[in-house]
Amino acid sequence: MANTPEDNHYAKSHEYVHIEGDIGTIGISDYAQKELGDVVFVELPQVGAQLDATDELGSIESVKAVSELFSPVSGEVIEVNEALADKPELVNTDPYGDGWMVRVKLTTPDEVDALMNAEEYEEYVEKESAK
Amino acid sequence: MLAYRPAMADHDAPLKKTPLNAIEKELGGKMVDFGGWELPVQFSGILEEHEAVRTRAGIFDVSHMGEITVKGPGSIEFLQKMTCNDVAKLEDGRAQYNGLLYPNAGFVDDIIIYRNGPEDYFIVVNASNTEKDYEWMAGQAKGMDVEVRNVSADYAQLALQGPHAEKTLQPLTNANLPSIKYYRFAHGKVDGVPALISRTGYTGEDGFELYVSPEEGPRLMRKLIEAGVTPCGLGARDTLRLEAKMALYGNDIDQTTTPIEADLAWIVKLEKGPFTGREVLEREKNEGPRRKLVGFEMVDRGIARHGYPVVEGGKEIGVVTSGTHSPTLKKAIGLAYLPLDKSAQGSEFTVLIRGKETRARVVPTPFYKRAK
Repeated sequence: MANTPEDNHYAKSHEYVHIEGDIGTIGISDYAQKELGDVVFVELPQVGAQLDATDELGSIESVKAVSELFSPVSGEVIEVNEALADKPELVNTDPYGDGWMVRVKLTTPDEVDALMNAEEYEEYVEKESAK
Repeated sequence: MLAYRPAMADHDAPLKKTPLNAIEKELGGKMVDFGGWELPVQFSGILEEHEAVRTRAGIFDVSHMGEITVKGPGSIEFLQKMTCNDVAKLEDGRAQYNGLLYPNAGFVDDIIIYRNGPEDYFIVVNASNTEKDYEWMAGQAKGMDVEVRNVSADYAQLALQGPHAEKTLQPLTNANLPSIKYYRFAHGKVDGVPALISRTGYTGEDGFELYVSPEEGPRLMRKLIEAGVTPCGLGARDTLRLEAKMALYGNDIDQTTTPIEADLAWIVKLEKGPFTGREVLEREKNEGPRRKLVGFEMVDRGIARHGYPVVEGGKEIGVVTSGTHSPTLKKAIGLAYLPLDKSAQGSEFTVLIRGKETRARVVPTPFYKRAK
């Protein structure tokens, strides 16, 4: 079973955002990394980029396929995870920890209310995988 | 964001299952829809499975592949007409990679022909082409003294691949494996049941392909896994074959590409006499094809995948047919059709990766060659 920490918010496109104050840390869920398989390349935005919720955030390449990443929230990119350039596999081994992707300064903190909580996301994933 | 379609998702017809379907699910295979077949894309992970085949041994279910027999006094005449390689060079117990061609020299399919006897051939074809190949061959056989049969349902096929393949298989078989050289085969017994044992594969490693009855497939797979062989899925099969620069029908070759364009001139034997597609191939051999399949490495970061355009001055001049991250070389590699005058080794070209211009360089192939 996939791990779904309760202190995150989740998007239908399988990204999570972890909120601390007005900073959001974005990555992909454990379920998503399992579905993608071995991640070999992550393309991320530049620091300073302005994102709107559901904007394309970058892309993630696993051995078998490429997938687009979408930002679950609006804000300015203040940090990207440079470690992923050399160690993209961190997305597989620690998606909620060292495998994070970008940090944004939220412009519309209320947006997270439109995202799923852990319980809702688990239900959503269950339905998705049963399709 | 998930690009692979999970098995059974909104599919019209039920997926076809190989005789090994149940054991694959039991082993935790992640099942996907592969051209209408439910097959595992991976078990433990593509990188791990890839490494197992390069350093030890892996087992693949390739039962979805089709098998067609050609028998009768007219067999050799028929096969020579239908293909570009010289079937007359085959001896009993030998196999040959070959192209089944249309009159425009495009591939109906790429195939392996096994010779059991001068009037008895066993042909292995790509899964998704089985019906098409059979119809094409049966139609072309009219008026010839030959019988063409689709016997695909009679076989489970397992590919045991990797440097440990021989020593793993030898205790299970009465065949003397060292005497079966590359692209040769023997009929023997594996784990007590009749099998065609062929020293062939699609990974660039040493190994065997085993054809057994469908009922015996699951037990044989279990036996090999007990012997320490790693179960592998379609994902690793693709990265392995691409490193070895083996063509994938539907990606690198199809009805619009000729063997000369596909850099498979070594299977084109004009000297054997007339055959379907010969005129086009003769012209391409003399004048050069208009485009050529080349191997490339990415210069910029990114992975160029199947279907991505090669551009120059805002115009599309070629196309990527396969591309992946090479687990062995740890870089992005691929195959692309380029205009002949831009296909020299070392040439750089531009691929559009989701709209972004990205540089790649033509390199020698295969990308990976095993130490002999």
